[in-house]
Amino acid sequence: MKRLAWPAGILAALLLVNLIFTDHFFQIEIKDGHLYGSLIDIFRFGAPLILVALGMTLVIATRGIDLSVGSVVAITGAMACLEISTLSSQDSIGGVLGAIGIALGLAVALGVGNGFLVAIVGIQPIIATLILMVAGRGLAQLITDGQIITINSDPYKLIGGGYWLTLPFSIIIVAVVLALMAFVTRRLALGLLIESVGGNAEASRLSGIRSHGLLIVVYAFCALCAGVAGLMISSNVSSADGNNAGLWIELDAILAVVIGGTSLAGGRFSLGGTVLGALIIQTLTTTIYSIGVPPETTLLFKALVVTIVCLLQSPAFRAKVFRSRRKPAPPTVPAGEKVTVRT
Amino acid sequence: MFKKIMALVAVGVLATACGSGGETTAEGGAPASGGGDSTITMGFAQVGAESGWRTANTKSVQESAKAAGIDLKFSDAQQKQENQIKAIRSYIQQKVDVIAFSPVVESGWDTVLQEAKAANIPVILTDRAVDSPDKTLYKTFLGSDFVEEGKKAGQWLVEQYASETGDVNIVELQGTTGSAPANDRKAGFAEVIGADPKFKVIASQSGDFTRAKGKEVMDAFLKANPDIDVLYAHNDDMGLGAIEAIEGAGKVPGKDIKIITVDAVKDGMQALADGKINYIVECSPLLGPQLMDLAKKVLAGETVPDRVVTEETTFTQEQAKQALPTRQY
Repeated sequence: MKRLAWPAGILAALLLVNLIFTDHFFQIEIKDGHLYGSLIDIFRFGAPLILVALGMTLVIATRGIDLSVGSVVAITGAMACLEISTLSSQDSIGGVLGAIGIALGLAVALGVGNGFLVAIVGIQPIIATLILMVAGRGLAQLITDGQIITINSDPYKLIGGGYWLTLPFSIIIVAVVLALMAFVTRRLALGLLIESVGGNAEASRLSGIRSHGLLIVVYAFCALCAGVAGLMISSNVSSADGNNAGLWIELDAILAVVIGGTSLAGGRFSLGGTVLGALIIQTLTTTIYSIGVPPETTLLFKALVVTIVCLLQSPAFRAKVFRSRRKPAPPTVPAGEKVTVRT
Repeated sequence: MFKKIMALVAVGVLATACGSGGETTAEGGAPASGGGDSTITMGFAQVGAESGWRTANTKSVQESAKAAGIDLKFSDAQQKQENQIKAIRSYIQQKVDVIAFSPVVESGWDTVLQEAKAANIPVILTDRAVDSPDKTLYKTFLGSDFVEEGKKAGQWLVEQYASETGDVNIVELQGTTGSAPANDRKAGFAEVIGADPKFKVIASQSGDFTRAKGKEVMDAFLKANPDIDVLYAHNDDMGLGAIEAIEGAGKVPGKDIKIITVDAVKDGMQALADGKINYIVECSPLLGPQLMDLAKKVLAGETVPDRVVTEETTFTQEQAKQALPTRQY
């Protein structure tokens, strides 16, 4: 749990900034039978990023990376909206469930394709998933015919923009997925197996772990998470935008994973850290809108915050800067990996 | 290695863009065709498909190219200047007869336009301008006057609130930061409302011209500023996203918060007719026929004016109800 202290501290610092500079930031009220407030917004708009980042965490734990999640987001949103737009009644629950099933099935198939390229063909993950990252946007545009598909379906609206028991439905989905993942990876052996494949795939295979199958499952699961995120994003605005949905979300997701303390070198991962990382990114975005950072300097502002976060996360940096205050402990984790990210 | 990856990406982007562009080449066009024969080949580098407006614009260009017998090579830059520069370079290499494009942002075009000039390929700007001091880099600029659009939006607001004595709190959803429509619509609007100190822009952020961002930013605005009278969105799509945020906050769009947008695409006009938007300044995307005319004139050696403005109007809720049935896009 000590590992989570730094991301949690950073998140607290961001919230503190809002406490000082933004009125009503921590105010949560009930409106139209659901919770309403800035904190709820952070969860609501952050939900797709949390999901994508959770899937990404497992992929990165196997020493892989999945650049295609943004395209999968666009494809599933486009597919679901296209199917729903052809329904005779867009409010029919069966029809909407069918559309969701088709879209998520497509996402899993794309993920299995990624896993196949990585595990069986042996292409480096960054290249294997780059193929789908580039081609996938074209596929999404092909599905939408280059148009923005607008739908008007109440059941579909629930996924990303609706509420259940006063809570945003998207948060409930994320909570369920997180609980399932935590159970499967930490109570069962799967987490250990994933970490061992990330540590040394060949040694794991020789010791009896089916690393190929495991890799395919992990990539398929990552694509499934991205698929659900795609449904949320398109559902939130009741339209599918093949060009912009999930654009650059893969970079935000990787950033969230890294901020959360998962090593890009593979071999260990932290689900809680990833959730904190994604929340930090979304809080930062909301903060920028709320305190009114001029749009011209938004990217610079984000870059500064992310740089500070990464520096604080690096044990080597901390050891140097805070040396005077306490005795430098030998770093228990590899020194901060260099990552280039765009938020 | 990195260069190789980038080259792969570039080829992929071009391939997907051409693929989604549809059947634009009349003769099934071999990639290196163009130039030499009598048919005009035009390379068109589109911004992206970020809104319904843009899609209508793309369609207009593609259809009028077909009608005018011009062989169109189309690329989609996905709102990235790098992609657009790459597309223009590839058009220069393919030796097209004329290049037309809508710049993603205003600055940074001099180098690639110099290359086109050196290759003797005339360039026509559509819809958005570039801020280069060298006006010989392009033949003409065909498009809307965004400053004027901003002014029209401001004028309506000033008239509506003429009798209002208290402060009028305005929030603004800007387009993509640095793009000409965002800069000019903001400037024109600010100029008109600036004459009266009761108009206060209390928050202004970029919503990237998309619905999703429009909703997200408006949600943040609503929480940070409890007292918003007017929303001015630089396009319909951001306004449509913002309407959802306003409804989610338990307020009535069009009544509790008056909404002004620019563009007048079909979804926007529908919202205007439904009373959710109060006023739309039109920005017509149907400039394909004018573009093909200009291209032919330029290639025939005729002189063309260096600024051609598209014809546009404005819509109130009543006018929207009448115009909606015949709206093309």
